[in-house]
Amino acid sequence: MAASDVIRAGRPGTAAGSGPVPRPRRQYLGRRLTHHLILILISLAFLAPFLVMITTAFKTSGDIFRVPPRLLPQHWIVGNFAEAVQAMPFLRYLANTVLLVVLNVAGTLISCPLVAYGLAKLHWRGRSAVFGTVLGTMMLPAQVTFIPLYLLWDRLGAVGTLWPLIIPAFFGSPFYIFLLRQFFTGVPDSLREAGLIDGASELRVYLQLILPQAKAAIATVAVFQFVATWTDFLLPLIYLNSQQNYTLSIGLYNFFGEHGVAWGPLMAACLVFTIPALAIFMVAQRYFVQGISVTGIK
Amino acid sequence: MAEATLAGRRPRRRPAWAGLAFSSPWIIGLVVFMAGPILVSLYYSFTEFNLFQSPRWVGLDNYATLLKDPKFLGSVFNTAYLAIIGVPLGLAFALLVALALNFPVKGQPLYRAIVYLPAIVPVVTASYLWRWVFNAQYGYLNQVLGSIGLPQPNWLADPMWTKPAVLVITWWGIGATAVIYLAALKQVPQQLYEAAAVDGANGWQRFWYVTWPALTPVTLFQLIMGVIAALQIFAPTYLLTQSRGNAANGGPGDSLLTYTMHLFHNAFVFLKMGQAAAMAWILFLVIGLLTSFILLTSRRWVHYGSE
Repeated sequence: MAASDVIRAGRPGTAAGSGPVPRPRRQYLGRRLTHHLILILISLAFLAPFLVMITTAFKTSGDIFRVPPRLLPQHWIVGNFAEAVQAMPFLRYLANTVLLVVLNVAGTLISCPLVAYGLAKLHWRGRSAVFGTVLGTMMLPAQVTFIPLYLLWDRLGAVGTLWPLIIPAFFGSPFYIFLLRQFFTGVPDSLREAGLIDGASELRVYLQLILPQAKAAIATVAVFQFVATWTDFLLPLIYLNSQQNYTLSIGLYNFFGEHGVAWGPLMAACLVFTIPALAIFMVAQRYFVQGISVTGIK
Repeated sequence: MAEATLAGRRPRRRPAWAGLAFSSPWIIGLVVFMAGPILVSLYYSFTEFNLFQSPRWVGLDNYATLLKDPKFLGSVFNTAYLAIIGVPLGLAFALLVALALNFPVKGQPLYRAIVYLPAIVPVVTASYLWRWVFNAQYGYLNQVLGSIGLPQPNWLADPMWTKPAVLVITWWGIGATAVIYLAALKQVPQQLYEAAAVDGANGWQRFWYVTWPALTPVTLFQLIMGVIAALQIFAPTYLLTQSRGNAANGGPGDSLLTYTMHLFHNAFVFLKMGQAAAMAWILFLVIGLLTSFILLTSRRWVHYGSE
């Protein structure tokens, strides 16, 4: 490792794009400032729409329809939030969304690690063929199965209920199975064999020895599934047709349909809807980064 | 014998039932939610079917009708625009952001988090939020553009500008791709940079001969996933063209009628289930062809390390 790497970053491997030839100290300061400046500009570009959403949520309509627009409200108000919550059965939608998220995460965490373990650590005929279908279906556009699935749920009397948005999670989803399989492949075989020697069943080995090893990977899948379910729009749009079963996505969609230009309440509702996704991201940031990196690289 | 196997490094053989049992949720789901529906959907694509009467076999009629449907052709054009322009530029943008995120400065995790943030915003929120930002009269974007002397297009009302607007929204959510690039950048061996510097390579040469080759496998993966996602883009365009009291209509001059939106309309609004199924199969075919094409041509530009 070059000495300059240590000086520059204190941590090797992060200096791509900048030369390893030592330079005078002042030049480093200048370069560091430039780096921060670029990063701050990028950050502002990514944050600006959030700022617009937040400030609009606290604006009176007089402030909202001002030309030219001003970012900050002249009069801060909280009425938009009350208006949004009263204009639709917000709590009902929230409850439906939470129910969906809980059951989807549960279903995913029951099914995906199980399948991934079977594909990573157990040796059986047909395993590679089954794994091939996992990879293959990642390329299958969902639109191909739209109509038959809709009819299937219709026959079962489940169109309009939350069931079509819940049940499939219990059968695994290819992306997570792939991610978890990558992880399980790295768990040493000796662990499983030690358990088997001690007379544990295959299921017990899985539950008591392997799963605890996979906490980080499982957390990654859980947060991904949380956000995916929380933010989903297409499936609720297809399957939900009565207000009592709407999710927040569909609730907001209908709110816009009815109140189009009520930007204050709309942005207030959008803000409330977005906060849980942002909160889980703050809490579980490293799992997002891990999961994203692993799936991209391997 | 069993002891020897256990002590050795060879994995112990177990009967197939264990593996099958563990994988059974996927296998059952595959049959019930995929294989079955795939076959049914293929059959529907050769029929005329409106949900109320049983499907009537019409051979290739759906496919022939589609090729003469101006809305279908328009949706193909719109989607191709978003994929051909949007995906490569989006990857380039993500790479630039990742290079910046890789600057050796303090606070890198914070910058990374900020860039990733939009990627987890619900699509409904993102779409409405940008509708407001793009508003020609009261929106901020045009004010910012105007203040630096750039043109202020009527983004969502001018058919020329609706697709660029959608691209801006998708690029806002580029965080995941940037994070993948960032992880790949951190894996480039430092010795290569040192060797390049010894050889007198300048910054651009170091990027072109060291960094970029190391990034090509990730780029290939991102390119394929990006194209597949772009061909299926639905929610942002649907939500941007929703009008008060009405369902989404494809925007001015149908300029945002994307392929899957037209498919969705065919299926659930016009109840032309057969035609919608045919569209889904054409999409599947195109995705397969494009993926193979990208994979084939990738041999010319993707470099795999010696590892």
